[in-house]
Amino acid sequence: MIAYIIRRLVATIPVMLLVAVIVFLLVHLAPGDPASVIAGDNATSDQIASIRAALGLNRPLWEQFAIWIGHVLQGDLGHSLFWNRPVAELILQRAEPTISLAITTLILAVTISITLGVLAAWKAGSGLDRAVMGVAVTGFSVPVFVVGYLLVFVFAIQLRWLPVQGYRPIADGLWPWFERLILPSIALGLAYVALIARITRTTMLEVLAEDYIRTAEAKGVATRPMLLKHALKNAAVPIVTIVGIGVALLIGGVVITETVFNIPGIGRLVVDAIARRDYPIIQGVILVFSGVYVLVNLAVDISYTFFDPRVRY
Amino acid sequence: MAGVAAEAAAAPRSGGARVFIRRNPTIVIGGALLIVMLILALLAPFIAGDPLHVAPVNRLQPPDLTNLFVAGAMDRFGTDNLGRDVFARTIYGARVSLLVGIAVAFFSTTIGLFVGLAAGYYRALDTIIMRLMDALMAIPGILLAIALVALTRGGVPVVIFAITVPEIPRVVRLVRAVVLTVRERPFIDAAVSVGSRPRKVILRHILPNTLAPLIVQATYVCASAILVEAGLSFLGAGVPPEIPTWGNMIAQSRLFLSRAPWTVFFPGACLAIVVLAINLVGDGLRDRLDPRLARRMR
Repeated sequence: MIAYIIRRLVATIPVMLLVAVIVFLLVHLAPGDPASVIAGDNATSDQIASIRAALGLNRPLWEQFAIWIGHVLQGDLGHSLFWNRPVAELILQRAEPTISLAITTLILAVTISITLGVLAAWKAGSGLDRAVMGVAVTGFSVPVFVVGYLLVFVFAIQLRWLPVQGYRPIADGLWPWFERLILPSIALGLAYVALIARITRTTMLEVLAEDYIRTAEAKGVATRPMLLKHALKNAAVPIVTIVGIGVALLIGGVVITETVFNIPGIGRLVVDAIARRDYPIIQGVILVFSGVYVLVNLAVDISYTFFDPRVRY
Repeated sequence: MAGVAAEAAAAPRSGGARVFIRRNPTIVIGGALLIVMLILALLAPFIAGDPLHVAPVNRLQPPDLTNLFVAGAMDRFGTDNLGRDVFARTIYGARVSLLVGIAVAFFSTTIGLFVGLAAGYYRALDTIIMRLMDALMAIPGILLAIALVALTRGGVPVVIFAITVPEIPRVVRLVRAVVLTVRERPFIDAAVSVGSRPRKVILRHILPNTLAPLIVQATYVCASAILVEAGLSFLGAGVPPEIPTWGNMIAQSRLFLSRAPWTVFFPGACLAIVVLAINLVGDGLRDRLDPRLARRMR
């Protein structure tokens, strides 16, 4: 088990290294001088020269990469031009809203989608099944910001049940914090729900057709334990896999959701950086988000051993 | 699998159009919606006014759908905060969305096809290509696109390129997976043993087997590209703001959501309808062309 975890951990190193190479090359292979790209539009020639010296741009490309990756490994993601502060510090400051949104969405989406998927598979062919599949197809087709504004219009502007936008730190109390995360979580989670519900239904249908389910039913196991203990646990591996892969949807969606609901998180940091051409921030956030994605999927790989003891690599 | 696909494709010809519609409702509904959208987009200069014309006197006029078929009417979908015609902007916005969607689907499946064929057939290339694809997939697509657009500064071709790059790995993985299973089949051994060169084996014997799943994948890529393009435009990282797109229309109107919901509603609804139509066509094609995948996804 521990050997397996270590092996999986080691296997993520080349992927992360390649991600770093791509992020590094993005700036260096683009047309124009990397120093002036990083320095931004309003930089003086002195500033550009000092950035050029700091990056070692007159050295060979691989040496520049070595210098850069050395800094990254020490937690130095560069310096923001607009804020004139370290990118790592800015990302940490904005982490709470983003993590809050991600976690509420994850919990909400996974609970709802797996419930819907299990029910749809159990009552396959019924009206409920059709409704769930309808939601799944639509959820995939409506962009996050359209769902977001629709929710804001109905629940915040017309019905006045929930705040239109904004964020309150969790230190201000649980309800003020949660209240502002409800609509963003639904908007962000819809595509994710569609994805997971679809896979849950498919795998549950396969598992429910197995002989041991018939045996369980024949010996009189009640419906709920039959569905949850016998079927769902055996359907867990593909479901957990798609939960992990789908995190990419969440990460992409966070950037847009934070803009719709004016949440001051890491996504907004990036969006503001686009207009300001604050390139170090864009680079830093890509590295952090990709790292999170790789780690989540590492956790998913490791969870296989829990759901399916046969997994031994 | 080619045999199954051929059979499936041959089946409806015996029954005519009515049977085809009954057997493939999703393809027909989705396809019809798409064709209508395409025609509207192509005919935009003839049916819609000037999408860029600013008329502050007419700002935030509510829509009047009874004028929908009145040529030159300004209030079909209402006007936005600068008095611009929302109908005209929505119709012109369709051009950008459909162009980006189709172009990204074409380029990413074409590039992905050849990279995937190479990875699947030549073992020496496989590890290198697939690790690179793993890394590309680890970078959230919209962020990679934002970075590429921010670096090279807008324009439709840049947006197409920026969305194509993150879509390629999924195509490569799909093609490689098909190649790996096809490569072990006896007809490949037969082709190799009669002395066919690798290039001929790949192009004549392996490539045709990848086409059915590739066409299905192309529709999903198209849908996803339209969503990403709208997202980029919405965030201000897409095509230049003077070109109307559904994404930047919503971004520019969002402050007026409570006073003029139509400025957000019409572009949003069109976006959802087009993407839904493409997904419906994709699901229908998948059920027709690729029964194995269909069983996994249904």
